[in-house]
Amino acid sequence: MKILYFSWLREKVGAGEEDVSLPDGVDTVGALVTWLRARGADYDAAFAEAAQVRVAVNLEHVDLEHPVADGDEVAFFPPVTGG
Amino acid sequence: MIRVQREDFDVGREIALLHENNAAIGGICTFVGLVRDFADGDTLAAMTLEHYPAMTEKALGDIEAEALARWPLDATVIIHRHGRLRAGDRIVLVGAASAHREAAFEACHFLIDWLKTKAPFWKLEEGARERRWVAAKVEDTAAAKKWE
Repeated sequence: MKILYFSWLREKVGAGEEDVSLPDGVDTVGALVTWLRARGADYDAAFAEAAQVRVAVNLEHVDLEHPVADGDEVAFFPPVTGG
Repeated sequence: MIRVQREDFDVGREIALLHENNAAIGGICTFVGLVRDFADGDTLAAMTLEHYPAMTEKALGDIEAEALARWPLDATVIIHRHGRLRAGDRIVLVGAASAHREAAFEACHFLIDWLKTKAPFWKLEEGARERRWVAAKVEDTAAAKKWE
């Protein structure tokens, strides 16, 4: 699975993109976030303010209940501020 | 028409393109967003626009399609820049052309309101004191919601 991070999430995680193999049992966005947070302090800090994190799976905005699977592109980012 | 680019754009040329070869158009409304030289009491020399390229094109296309479905429009344009921009630079252009001015005004307003809350762009301000990511504004969310 490809995971992308944007804006201050990218800075906190320390990378804009990574490829991961999902462990068994991680089958929703919420479970993915829990798993990522357990990987290290940088990840934990990036996701600490849950209300400030948006997620897209395969370019569609989704919520924490949305399913994820290997092969998906998952992106995490704060609320958008363009225009 | 949608474009995401580093380069500046020519507003006059884009307006001309909107009504080229179509004399049924009665009016064109455009909005141009600029980099201000102030933010939160700080002076601002520049800002960097980051985006999510694969999703940006889809998001802008969806927003444009929504406008075309809601109003009787002959043409629309959305141009959004990315990269590092200086105070005074143009960031974004949206425009709508229609036989009637109400449709052009409303669609233009809608395009920028939805773009600000639904297109994956983030602004990093470079102030005199610090650099900071711009937080989403409650007013922008409220402005976008009024079209739902």
